[in-house]
Amino acid sequence: MSGILGGDLLIEITYLIATALFILSLMWMSSPTTARRGIFAGETGMALAIAGTLLHHGIVDYKLILIALVLGTIIGIPLGKVQMTAVPQRTALSHSFGALCVTLVGTAEFYLPRAEPMTRFMMAVLCMEVILGALTITGSLMAAGKLQEWLPQRPITYKGQNFVNLGLLGVAIVVAIVLVIHPDRTQLFPAIVAIPLLFGVMMIVPIGGADMPTVISLLNSYAGLSAAAMGFVLNSKLLIVAGALDGASGFILSMNMSKAMNRSFSNVLFGAFGQEQTAVAGAAEARPVRSATAEEAAAILAAANKVVIVPGYGMAVAQAQHKVRELFDSLSKRGVDVKFGIHPVAGRMPGHMNVLLAEADIPYDRLLDMDEINGDFAQTDVALIIGANDVTNPAARNDSSSPIFGMPILDVDKARTVMVIKRSMGAGFAGIENPLYFMDRTLMLFGDAKGFVGNIVRELSGGGGH
Amino acid sequence: MLAAFIGFEVIKRITPLLHTPLMSLTNALDAIAVVGAIILAGEHKNTLAAVLGTIAIVSATSNIVGGFLITDRMLKMFKPSGAKKA
Repeated sequence: MSGILGGDLLIEITYLIATALFILSLMWMSSPTTARRGIFAGETGMALAIAGTLLHHGIVDYKLILIALVLGTIIGIPLGKVQMTAVPQRTALSHSFGALCVTLVGTAEFYLPRAEPMTRFMMAVLCMEVILGALTITGSLMAAGKLQEWLPQRPITYKGQNFVNLGLLGVAIVVAIVLVIHPDRTQLFPAIVAIPLLFGVMMIVPIGGADMPTVISLLNSYAGLSAAAMGFVLNSKLLIVAGALDGASGFILSMNMSKAMNRSFSNVLFGAFGQEQTAVAGAAEARPVRSATAEEAAAILAAANKVVIVPGYGMAVAQAQHKVRELFDSLSKRGVDVKFGIHPVAGRMPGHMNVLLAEADIPYDRLLDMDEINGDFAQTDVALIIGANDVTNPAARNDSSSPIFGMPILDVDKARTVMVIKRSMGAGFAGIENPLYFMDRTLMLFGDAKGFVGNIVRELSGGGGH
Repeated sequence: MLAAFIGFEVIKRITPLLHTPLMSLTNALDAIAVVGAIILAGEHKNTLAAVLGTIAIVSATSNIVGGFLITDRMLKMFKPSGAKKA
């Protein structure tokens, strides 16, 4: 008897240590100097928790567990080695895996033979677990598909979309409530898996590429919350804490993202992302713009004292980050002060640009976020925009009729000279014209981001021959 | 609940610089759900539970391994000014 009791105590202790390590792990993530220690803490916590669980005296069959652990590792290794540009879709995919695990466990728990019926509270939490889990499975798969461009990136909208989506979710919740009141109606259970699965797909259909940072964070949060709910069902504090941490982290990130796009949070929560399809794209009267060659751009950059580079998703698409590093090196060597201004929603997930630039060996103390850099633009000689559009649009600040009015932007228009590398004059994601391009101080550099930056670097290192 | 609150406070202080690795780390931590899956598969109370539990272990483990691996790779890339160029 005491053996079993002692074993349980041991398990409890490993779980407690694991929980503490998880919290430490996140605390160390607050600075790049301690962050790797954070991973180590997380790994140790995870190993302890798994080891502790294996001690569980109820376990009779280790063969299946072992096979599954090995199989998961085999799948996991390539997922850990993807290209940095593919990180957003990888993340979406792993949200889907996490949710799959939770949903399967929830489903199995529901059908487990038990001595006494589930309490209402447990049933309610279980329903929440399965609903959130199921919608995250398909929602994340859809998001990953869009990011990988297996699915059309364009938002697909139709009339009554929000009505259909909210209706679906509403039905799932009603079914869940019925289940809570009458736990014996087990035939209803498949519905609260199937409907959210469908809802997950419908929720992502209207979402376009630029909304991805918000959506990924939100799905992250859902995955965490469903794991926390699972913790309540299994009565495991470790799971509750880990799930709550993940849920909180996703929640905070999605709040940041929605704030950075000037959307209300409820707007985001209800999955009504595609709303701003007001097609302002018309009225493209050919206004004159000034364009420049790589040679001219290089001359201006070489003469500058302070340069701020503003990267956007276009840089990621063109894989231009390594060329940008060459530009950074070449300008720094000439004594030019080069910084990077990064908008919270630049790219396809929170912090996407930072990872790409860090991959290209640009020191992280040169990467500044919007609030840190905005005061600097007035003293900046050249703001060089590479593949970003809406996040630099001054209309967000001063044109109350603009659909993006109120969205916080990078104040690039305050720099002495603005250079924009862009393929063509096509409008950005939101289909909004950018008055920045028509300013007297703005030079348009038409071309592929990677090629054009490469040309500038060549001109700079060409020793200014002519 | 207290832990969730602490978590909230901790995460709020993380710089936007590290938001991508943060997300992949929390993702890996979230895969602690594997604990529930292991018990399901191990206790083998019925076939359904064992099968679902096993699939759940596979998907959670792939998140643990993949999540920690990629987070570590990302963080290795973040270097301060003056660090030796790779």
